[in-house]
Amino acid sequence: MHDKTLTELAAGLAAGEFSSRELTQALLARIDRLDGDLNSFISVTPEQALDAADQADAARAAGNAGPLTGVPLALKDIFCTQGVKTSAGSKMLDTFVAPYDATVVEKLRAAGTVSLGKTNMDEFAMGSSNENSFYGPVQNPWDRAAVPGGSSGGSAAAVAAGLVPAAMGTDTGGSIRQPAAFCGITGLKPTYGRVSRYGIIAYASSLDQAGPMARTAEDCARLLTAIAGHDLRDSTSVARGVPDYTEELAAPLAGLKIGLPREYFGEGLDPTVESAVREAIGVFETLGATVREVSLPHTHFAIPAYYVIAPAEASSNLSRYDGVRFGHRCDAPADLTDLYKRSRAEGFGEEVKRRILIGTHTLSEGFFDAYYKKAQQVRRLIRQDFLDAFDEVDVLMGPASPTPAFDLGAKKDPVSMYLQDIYTIAINLAGIPGISVPAGIVGGRPIGLQILGTHFAEARLLNVAHQFQQATDWHLRRPALAEETL
Amino acid sequence: MQWETVIGLEVHVQLATRSKIFSGASTAFGAEPNSQACAVDLGLPGVLPVLNEQAVAMAVQFGLGIHAEIPEVSVFDRKNYFYPDLPKGYQTSQMYHPIVGPGEVEITLEDGATKRIRVHHAHLEEDAGKSLHEDFHGMTGIDLNRAGTPLLEIVSEPDMRSAKEAAAYLKAIHSIVTYLGISDGNMAEGSMRCDVNVSVRPRGQASFGTRAEIKNVNSFRFVERAIAFEVERQIELLEDGGEVVQETRLFDPERDETRSMRTKEQANDYRYFPCPDLLPVVLDRAYVDHLRDTLPELPADKRARFQDQLGLSAYDAGVLSASREMAEYFEAVKDACGDPKQAANWVQGELSGALNREGLPIQDSPVSATQLGGLIARVMDDTINGKAAKQVFQALWNGEGGGDANSADEVIEAKGLKQVTDTGAIEAMIDQVIADSPAQVAQYRDAEPDKRGKMVGYFVGQVMKASRGTANPQQVNALLKEKLDALC
Repeated sequence: MHDKTLTELAAGLAAGEFSSRELTQALLARIDRLDGDLNSFISVTPEQALDAADQADAARAAGNAGPLTGVPLALKDIFCTQGVKTSAGSKMLDTFVAPYDATVVEKLRAAGTVSLGKTNMDEFAMGSSNENSFYGPVQNPWDRAAVPGGSSGGSAAAVAAGLVPAAMGTDTGGSIRQPAAFCGITGLKPTYGRVSRYGIIAYASSLDQAGPMARTAEDCARLLTAIAGHDLRDSTSVARGVPDYTEELAAPLAGLKIGLPREYFGEGLDPTVESAVREAIGVFETLGATVREVSLPHTHFAIPAYYVIAPAEASSNLSRYDGVRFGHRCDAPADLTDLYKRSRAEGFGEEVKRRILIGTHTLSEGFFDAYYKKAQQVRRLIRQDFLDAFDEVDVLMGPASPTPAFDLGAKKDPVSMYLQDIYTIAINLAGIPGISVPAGIVGGRPIGLQILGTHFAEARLLNVAHQFQQATDWHLRRPALAEETL
Repeated sequence: MQWETVIGLEVHVQLATRSKIFSGASTAFGAEPNSQACAVDLGLPGVLPVLNEQAVAMAVQFGLGIHAEIPEVSVFDRKNYFYPDLPKGYQTSQMYHPIVGPGEVEITLEDGATKRIRVHHAHLEEDAGKSLHEDFHGMTGIDLNRAGTPLLEIVSEPDMRSAKEAAAYLKAIHSIVTYLGISDGNMAEGSMRCDVNVSVRPRGQASFGTRAEIKNVNSFRFVERAIAFEVERQIELLEDGGEVVQETRLFDPERDETRSMRTKEQANDYRYFPCPDLLPVVLDRAYVDHLRDTLPELPADKRARFQDQLGLSAYDAGVLSASREMAEYFEAVKDACGDPKQAANWVQGELSGALNREGLPIQDSPVSATQLGGLIARVMDDTINGKAAKQVFQALWNGEGGGDANSADEVIEAKGLKQVTDTGAIEAMIDQVIADSPAQVAQYRDAEPDKRGKMVGYFVGQVMKASRGTANPQQVNALLKEKLDALC
């Protein structure tokens, strides 16, 4: 069962080929057996999962099943789940059991899905390799010496290893798309505001967005249909109807205008990645699409702007972790200042501290205009670049990452790690949607093609990705680990 | 040297919304600690604020009430600092684009003159929780019930020149917010709190002196006392050749002094930036116009109307419009009796005297406005005389009579206080008094005619007594004179 896509599993459940309990048990057994060194889960919740599976089976027996009833999945450990530890990959929240469900979790529960547990991640979603987790790094199922990408590395690895058919991730600067690319799965970052952020532990509020990670675009379409929509508890979620994202999947691509941003094929792009991406783009041409080069002239400002805005917001968002009400508290604080200093020094990891310091500095009196204000101006220019491009083409395509997955421990210097997100980060600054689809394998490590659309063009992106997956089989390739049966 | 005091006030007003500014938790005062703090108020991971529309409406109403500019767009910012009763590590406030722009408040000084105090702006923000330092054995308890209560911070220009003006300004703000019903204005419960910026300068100097900000000045009285102390401290310092340092000082009402909390160098860098969780507040013109159209009459307008249309004196108009409750009471009395001047006299005279004696606010008056109006109406139509009216008032105060406009009538009836205007009845009483007072009658007869006027008083007193106060005094007077003179 573990080799099936979410769509196939949903069909199998509907046809009565197996029950949700059987499916859940099978996957829990795989996690138990295979996730040791892989380390894709922080918490596995068999009891809750089997309860939910039984409820799903009962609902089906009663004739109340929806399209996702009984489908198992996993949640990045950044989504608050009532009664379950929600750590955000941090020692700070190692003991934090959320007293409420995030809106995404609530919606997935209401849709009858079964959560098997919480997946590993870079601490507070800060990282591109999943090496910044308090719970240790995650291995890439394709090559155990490689990173799975980050920050949703656990979600990507769990799906790639066939432990779950799908997992929820979040993407602030590429945290869904880059690990999806590294692990050979499909990952969608929706338009900012498409999915509620309520109950998602905030990293950078103006950039964070949750999205599905699964084997296929079709699977992602089903999940996005379930989780998207306006939420009164998130003022930045957008009041806009949610279509059935599977409806447009089959639309033919004849006449599709594809733009290739010149800046996404320049210096720093690994030639093997470039050739895989160009080959994938050739496939679209055979499907009737036309391709032209476009320019996103402010691309090179994206990383600097991001590393002003995101740490600024993070420095404020993470102030609540002070040892007073929840989370890590140091032993025997001498006074209030000592309580703050030691609780935070002990509770946060190095990368988190680095970004808090950067953000605190850039917001300081005398620096605000030069950094934060300027970065917001740049952000508007970057957004305008995309809007201008979408006046001319329907979608943009390029690599999701400049290289395939790199080795664990290979990137010691934070800036070289930051440069990993060169093709994904501007998308968050612009607030547009992007999807990464498997488009090749080089040296045993997958390559991701990134497809971008204008605001709220998710249906179009999923259609384009789905048609690519109808014409190719990269998304069906599995690492040896996933082929392993019990 | 002659010194001039310069004062600016920052007044924090808790808005009377049912729920908090960014969450659905209740704002009711006095509940069990932490029983009114939801996930959002606790700043739990993942929670997000949702702006309370009622708080926005109230802020705009205030702005309209002080004739302020209402910008189309306002923005919430985060003010970052660590404190245990500040759950998120930042206060959501408005730094750069406040909801209310420049406006002005008219204050009335003791001599009856008025002065306009400019308001720089007013902005919305959330209140913090409370740190409780007692009963925790050397530890500090945190009560987050107050966290997230909506505050409107009203920042004045440095337009006040004395402690009295500052107190008058605070009273004017109090009166506006309570008139608007946007705050209960209860300073004892912290619904209104005040920080005072004080500096002094040699009279005639154009530039301001260095100011100190005094925190925790939470009553009208404290404002005057804190300023008085601070002005004296600063003048003494300057006259001794010292310098005032820019600092934050805390007022200690027990010791009647201000103490340094922190200097400018020790001040926090709050690292303000726009809150990414909240959208800018965009106010539709139609919405603002609607609020303007439905704005209640405010103190200054009411005072003017009391003078111009009801013919009250400036003093009476000022007193009767000072609070919404007072004005509403007065107007109800006026409507019930139909005479503004009589209503004004009674409310400020008999009623205020009784309320002051018992220490009651007017809204708790045992005599309702309709009861009082009914009583005044009986004085005006000569059903009772002034003396009986006081008796009736006392009876109403003690809860006699029904609860409505007829209460006075019931008391008058029950006590037989109806004024006797029947000439025959009065004459009979006079005849009896004359018959019973031969000595006084003899004196009257022997007196010079121009001295007799004064001597009538005795007989009037006797007749009134005989009538148990119900005889019409004018009639008694006239008839007595007639009869006594007939004896001469």
